[in-house]
Amino acid sequence: MFGWSELIPALPELLVLAMACVVLVVGLYSTNKSGGGFIVFLSVLTMLFAIIITAKDHVATVEFSRQLLFNGTFIRDGFGDMLKIVVYILMIAVFFYAKQSLRTNQNVRGEYFALLLFATLGCMVMISGYNFISLYLGLELVALSSYALVAYSRTDIKGNEAAMKYFILGAMASGLFLYGVSLLYGATGTLQIDEMASAIARQDNDMLMVLGLIFVLVGIAFKLGAVPFHMWLPDVYQGAPIATTTFLSSAPKIAAFALAVRILSEGMENIFDYWQPMVASLAILSIIIGNIFALQQENLKRMFAYSTISHIGFMLLGFVGGADGVAASMFYMIVYLIMAVGGFGLIMLLSTKGIEAENISDFKGLNQRNGWYAFLMLLILFSMAGIPPLVGFFAKLYVLQAIIAQGYIWLAVTAVIFAVIGAFYYLRVVKVMYFDESETDQAIDVSFDVKAILSVNALAQLGLLVILPVLFQYCIYVTQSL
Amino acid sequence: MTPELLQQVLFYLFGAIAIGSGMAVVSVKNTVYSALFLVLCFFNVAILWLLIEAEFLAIILVLVYVGAVMVLFLFVIMMLDVKKVTRSQLKSGYTKAALLIAAAMLVQLIMLFAYRLKSQLPADDLIRQGADYSNVTEIGRSIFIDYVYPFEIAAVILLVAIIAAIMLTIRKRPENKQIDASKQIHVNPADRLRMVSMDAEKGDGEES
Repeated sequence: MFGWSELIPALPELLVLAMACVVLVVGLYSTNKSGGGFIVFLSVLTMLFAIIITAKDHVATVEFSRQLLFNGTFIRDGFGDMLKIVVYILMIAVFFYAKQSLRTNQNVRGEYFALLLFATLGCMVMISGYNFISLYLGLELVALSSYALVAYSRTDIKGNEAAMKYFILGAMASGLFLYGVSLLYGATGTLQIDEMASAIARQDNDMLMVLGLIFVLVGIAFKLGAVPFHMWLPDVYQGAPIATTTFLSSAPKIAAFALAVRILSEGMENIFDYWQPMVASLAILSIIIGNIFALQQENLKRMFAYSTISHIGFMLLGFVGGADGVAASMFYMIVYLIMAVGGFGLIMLLSTKGIEAENISDFKGLNQRNGWYAFLMLLILFSMAGIPPLVGFFAKLYVLQAIIAQGYIWLAVTAVIFAVIGAFYYLRVVKVMYFDESETDQAIDVSFDVKAILSVNALAQLGLLVILPVLFQYCIYVTQSL
Repeated sequence: MTPELLQQVLFYLFGAIAIGSGMAVVSVKNTVYSALFLVLCFFNVAILWLLIEAEFLAIILVLVYVGAVMVLFLFVIMMLDVKKVTRSQLKSGYTKAALLIAAAMLVQLIMLFAYRLKSQLPADDLIRQGADYSNVTEIGRSIFIDYVYPFEIAAVILLVAIIAAIMLTIRKRPENKQIDASKQIHVNPADRLRMVSMDAEKGDGEES
């Protein structure tokens, strides 16, 4: 049995759950006219409080301490705290962008924000899951909310198609993951991550375990969108409403990363030799396929989807490089998701009612229409391409350093070659924005708060440089405790 | 026949029926038959549970899945008027490749389990509990104490499923004759009924 005091480490989860229910009820009384301002306020407030609680807990506990709750199904540690705070920050941006985009389409409903909060809760459950059951349930919570968010605008046929594809493929991936978990349970007799690690250490070379590992890895690769399990990603990103695409590219990716770290680096550390080549091939295939396919996209959402695949590949490369590599991956993931959210936010900005500015040609002459937004987009695209002064470059650098230190020169060389090829499609958008003639002179009209968040989001590509070493050191610090 | 042997015979018999009916679920063309085979499958799994003395789970499986879920399922199938699927419709260009991959995976799995059986003896025999042992208490203990956190998350998942289902299916159509209670309450009598004050008239018949 447990008392109330034992629930304290799980306080952020309880807060988000309670507020999701409150938003659901308050949402019933909001109309399109009021624009859902109060719901967004409540959601953002929840995230701010969650940041405070998590940070306070994190500071209050001793170095490397980890608290296991609920019979070990829940863990609170430095790694989880840091990722959760990143999730909250990303979600604040997502809430503002979603508000703007739903208002343009006059389709503001309370359920949208309630589902976003439930999905956030799912991400938190995944990040602090320490038992395969809680990890799986977190996965499903995120997935179910996402399916509904993709299908949000009912009249949109493309959105419905995307939701259908996402649902079927997602259900299959969950099935494969679960099958892998059942095999692992059969091989080790436990679902607890730490117990599984010690069981694996005892019985080396069990093929049943490896088979389970393969299925679990397929599930993780699907959630991350790594090649060859990436097929859903471009279709869903393109078909979903832009607000949902922004969400899908942010918090769930962090959660999937946490899932990968918990299972691979923590649970399966002792069979590193088995999963390392698999992860390396997933990574390198993602980098190659993602960059090559992105070259030929005319649709910006689709292009960003393929670019996500290539970035996920880069992030997975870090796993090959041992403990330092995981820290580099974590840093890469955090930096990349900030860029991705900003990128989708800018697509949202140019959209008008019913029409999403998703084609590259919609960005023609953006500099003439509004120099500031063009500059923000420039920062994000340069950072994604990995051009030196921006943080995107350092993220790539740390991952490459980690894998070169382990002696994987060829992996690094291939990754760099394709990153250079990838720079082309980012620069093409920049060229279109600055050197082409604008086809419309329609003014870009957004509320002040969204403009401010967007500016902060994009300027973070420069601003993070100031705390770059500290942030990276902190990533190393929290991953050491794993 | 010793009780152990009898139990093994029963296990393999019902296990085989469960697997067979499970395969029939996916291969039968008629959807109603398919659902009925699923009922058979559930029954056999319930019997397997009885064999390992998990009586409560066995009864719940029959009550909930067979009694409630599958009946609902059959209702839905009958209401939907599902067309019979012909074999040719199921075939696509990928069938051969898919069969090949499935067969390869099956062989691998069988080899794997055979290897494991050789290398390791099966787990210990089932622990037999006395007559006063309560399944329900044990299940309650593991759900509400050991796994209370996953259990609560499962509840949240169900809540999300309800919200999503309602959000995606409820729609206000102009031709919908749905009654809006709030509108009805707030209606003003003056909007519907016009009071006209008229002079009293004399009746025709009485005058004469």
